[in-house]
Amino acid sequence: MTLETTSWPSSYGEAAKPRMGFFTDTSVCIGCKACEVACKEWNQVPDSMQGFTGNSYDNTIDLGADTWRHVAFIEQRVPAGVLDGASLVEAVQRGEAVDGGVQTYQEGDGFRWLMASDVCKHCTHAACLEVCPTGALFRTEFGTVVVQEDVCNGCGYCVPACPFGVLDKREDDGRVWKCTLCYDRLKDDMEPACAKACPTNSIQFGELSELRERAEHRLAHLQGAGQQHAQLYLADDDDGVGGAGAFFLLLDKPEVYGLPPDPVDTRRDLGTIWAATGAAALALGAGLAAAVWGGER
Amino acid sequence: MGSNMAEQHPVGFQWVVEAKERGAKVIHVDPRFTRTSAMADLHVPIRPGTDVAFLGGIVHYIFEHDALFEEYVRRFTNGPVIIKPEFRDTDDASGFFSGWNPDHSAYAIETWGYAGTSGETTAGKSEQQADVSGEAAHGAHGMQLPGGEPPHLDESMQDEHCVLQLVRRHFSRYTPELVSEVCGCAREDFLRVAAALCDNSGRERTSAVVYSVGWTQHTIGVQNIRAASIVQLLLGNIGRPGGGILALRGHANIQGSTDIPTLYDILPGYIPMPHPQSHPTLDTFVELNGPDTGVWGDLRPYIVSLLKAWWGGAATEDNDFCFGYLPRINGDHSHYAMMLKMLDGGVKGMFCVGQNPTVGSANSKLMRLALAKLDWLVVRDFQPIETAMFWKDSPEHEAGEVRTEDIQTEVFFLPAAAHTEKDGNFTNTQRLLQWHHKAVEPPGDSRSELHWIYYLGKAIREKVAGSTDPKDRPILDLTWDYPLVGQHGEPDAEAVLQEISGKAADGSFLDSYDDLKGDGSTSCGSWIHCGIYKDGVNQSARRRPHTEQNWIARQWGWAWPKDVRIIYNRASADADGNPWSERKRYVWWDAGEGKWTSLGDPPDFPATKAPDYEPPEDATKMEAIRGDKPFTLHPDGRGWLFAPTGLVDGPLPAHYEPQESPFTNPLYAQRQNPTRQVFHRPENPYHPSDGEPGADVFPFVVTTYRLTEHHTAGGMSRTVPYLAELQPEFFCEISPQLAVQRGLEHGGWATIVTARQAVEARVVVTDRIKPLKIQGRFAHLVGLPYHWGGVGIVKGDSANELLPLALDNNVHISEYKVATCDIRPGRRPRGPARLALVEEYRMRAGVHQ
Repeated sequence: MTLETTSWPSSYGEAAKPRMGFFTDTSVCIGCKACEVACKEWNQVPDSMQGFTGNSYDNTIDLGADTWRHVAFIEQRVPAGVLDGASLVEAVQRGEAVDGGVQTYQEGDGFRWLMASDVCKHCTHAACLEVCPTGALFRTEFGTVVVQEDVCNGCGYCVPACPFGVLDKREDDGRVWKCTLCYDRLKDDMEPACAKACPTNSIQFGELSELRERAEHRLAHLQGAGQQHAQLYLADDDDGVGGAGAFFLLLDKPEVYGLPPDPVDTRRDLGTIWAATGAAALALGAGLAAAVWGGER
Repeated sequence: MGSNMAEQHPVGFQWVVEAKERGAKVIHVDPRFTRTSAMADLHVPIRPGTDVAFLGGIVHYIFEHDALFEEYVRRFTNGPVIIKPEFRDTDDASGFFSGWNPDHSAYAIETWGYAGTSGETTAGKSEQQADVSGEAAHGAHGMQLPGGEPPHLDESMQDEHCVLQLVRRHFSRYTPELVSEVCGCAREDFLRVAAALCDNSGRERTSAVVYSVGWTQHTIGVQNIRAASIVQLLLGNIGRPGGGILALRGHANIQGSTDIPTLYDILPGYIPMPHPQSHPTLDTFVELNGPDTGVWGDLRPYIVSLLKAWWGGAATEDNDFCFGYLPRINGDHSHYAMMLKMLDGGVKGMFCVGQNPTVGSANSKLMRLALAKLDWLVVRDFQPIETAMFWKDSPEHEAGEVRTEDIQTEVFFLPAAAHTEKDGNFTNTQRLLQWHHKAVEPPGDSRSELHWIYYLGKAIREKVAGSTDPKDRPILDLTWDYPLVGQHGEPDAEAVLQEISGKAADGSFLDSYDDLKGDGSTSCGSWIHCGIYKDGVNQSARRRPHTEQNWIARQWGWAWPKDVRIIYNRASADADGNPWSERKRYVWWDAGEGKWTSLGDPPDFPATKAPDYEPPEDATKMEAIRGDKPFTLHPDGRGWLFAPTGLVDGPLPAHYEPQESPFTNPLYAQRQNPTRQVFHRPENPYHPSDGEPGADVFPFVVTTYRLTEHHTAGGMSRTVPYLAELQPEFFCEISPQLAVQRGLEHGGWATIVTARQAVEARVVVTDRIKPLKIQGRFAHLVGLPYHWGGVGIVKGDSANELLPLALDNNVHISEYKVATCDIRPGRRPRGPARLALVEEYRMRAGVHQ
């Protein structure tokens, strides 16, 4: 595990701190949303009333400029075979669900309710930061990725650059806002507000190297206890974003939680793209030249 | 069971999560699959209101599988005690215990007593009628038992009249099949729970039961908890580490406001309120409120010290320590009784402090109609909540039933300080008090309750100053002399705590209630809290982290009584004083030193009373408690499997159906709890139950509950943007099956109707609600969070509009957890049409106004 990024720790020299991050262990998340509220309170994030969604107990919907922590709720019937492609109501109409057991998933079959708190991933290869033309997005001495609100000019380049859809412009102000991993608190040796508020330690804050080890142990424990689909997400240096500063232990595939299964640094193919563009430009130039020359003939 | 701990007590739930990580098995028995179920190893859904049947099934299982902790039961409980042969169980009388008086709808309890005793409660009462509450409370502290020993015992516990055999026979019909038939859970699931509990109890292991208002808010609420007590006593899970029955209270400091009560029928420390006729003098009060044996044998020092705390120098031996100044109660003045009296014009004014009855109480419309009969109403809260706005904005205004100009009530709103804006204590489930310090001054005119009540008292005293009217003496003689601190002249909360903790005549602080005297030389505002300011230190403000002490964490906060962290912890050692097992070692007898010792918790037992101590025949007070009897609050020191006094509805729990139920009672001909408190009046109509004409008009079960995101009636959460947005709308949760049956669409609207009201809610169709098969048909559940009302950032209809008043007569708590209803697609009608819809249902159901 290298954990190094292009600008951390090298650009900080002796001022560099250990790389800090979040390990979100969703297996003990109780969906209380204390993280969402603590984040908004501490960072003075505006309220973002979305109304009733009917999406289980999730009325926040997604991460955004005004939502830096988001708890997803997934009601999952296992095995899913009976219900493939059908709504619950349709399933009943087919008479298939009437005698379906309601038991916790841990006991074998039936039903489970997954909850997971999502956040900016603070990627090792952070495309948002790299595409930012103003330098508003920067890598801190803790290895985290932060938007400087007094520098951001609202160009929005970072928005499509993020493979997770985290970066988002605030409607009434034009600038981009996201999780700072409580940069101000870190500077005072305090843990981020969400981790502080989490009652069950689902959100763990600490040195990334230590969190990764802890997560490996936890994963082994859960797999040993029969959680066959438990997996770490973004804890691998070789994944598409080079691993992340905020990684997760999930009880099912990432897409179940609405997370991209195979996120990539959106700049990954830039070299190829630019090369292809260059080739295309050359070809176009050659064609034009040929046309011109040809025309002269 | 009866608790949604992860959602309602998420901070406390961290310890459940931690226990689970360390190998504990978590089982959730609850009608709904909640965020608690999501974290449990096993969730077993049951029909609301059937907990006694489930727990009774566990008792039956314990006997069938010989899982009884025999030695614990024989030595520590009243299992061997012979009950009067005249006692008749429910099976002999179609669901009634002996002593039923149909004219009074109450039990005479002579026959429930220990054989060889006089058959009367300490108050000389033979009938348990809870609406004479001063007297009913006496029984709760036990009966007179000369010498502290039951007259007749069978140590083999085989006698047919001994408690253990009565318990065994009483629950013999609560078979796994019956549990399944009543509760609707799979027989196999029930057996898994019973086996897990028994396997995890005994010398080496203990199990804990957690309950909340899912047990209390029933017409059989107290008996739900009694049933759990029987299970835990039979399995030896009380007074031992890892065991117990944990009552998670409805919100912060409800426990504290029970201990130093905001309740009408008890004084601080569970001392009963005096009765006007029975208690003319202090002596008669003490005599009739015994018992003479056990901790309550010292009632006189407790009450005299309380009177000294309140009336100081004015309280002398010659004037009965101002005992005559105490208010008397001669009837039921509980919340609903008071609101009904208000409705009838019998209440002039009300202070409503930290309560929002028009959202939080059952039958909200009745609450509002009652409030409109007041001359004046004072509401103290953070925001002008629904109760403060009832005169201006209510469903009755919308329906055109009520006009603002016709309401005469003068309403005052006083802004309240939040807990971060005042000093004080929170008491949590295990009686642990934790001091909170003021962080900021309250904004604007907001003030603490302490500030308000102090200055209100001061103003009243100034008004009656110089009065010679004897009725003003209690007010003028009060010790009302707290030091004032800070910019708002706030009474010093620590000074109040000092008064509660107690002082000797020389002003020094007392160590514990053992120091209290009946001669007026000590003062103490609450005997159970005596010592909380021991050594002149606010013990509840101690904050040594658990990392710096052992797991008992004695240096964190303070627990009543005597800073004991596990109550009755003498039971963690066997009768001879040795630990039941090395693994569960906690408190034990050190024969060499001649005293009880422990891992760090104070032994909840006299320090040097040997395990083989036998009291002299005429012993009283704690002297009468034997060395092997841990339950010192009872006159015999035993845990009560069978409760000879203290309950209005029976010495043993029995399954009764809720007031409103779509099913019959398979166990007894008597369908509902015969002692339940009901109010037959036009404003409070009840639905017919199963088998009665019109029952099919309200075919579904409705239950109400809370969500993590909101706080009770919403005054503290629907008014806060960050919380309001998390659950913005009132919704109902139903199963896919019910959705199909009634044509309800996920995300759409539904109207839920009872004979009380019709409300509308967004529809959530979810697998978390499961129809249960009961008596050959499906029991469908409509789940309703009750947080919404007409004021705030997010608004909506209130679920409690739907519920009737139907109370457990032991404690007068309403059955919020179960009633019947109908549900139909679409929004409810507006204006008078809403009333018409409810009226149409009433007509069809034969419910007449």
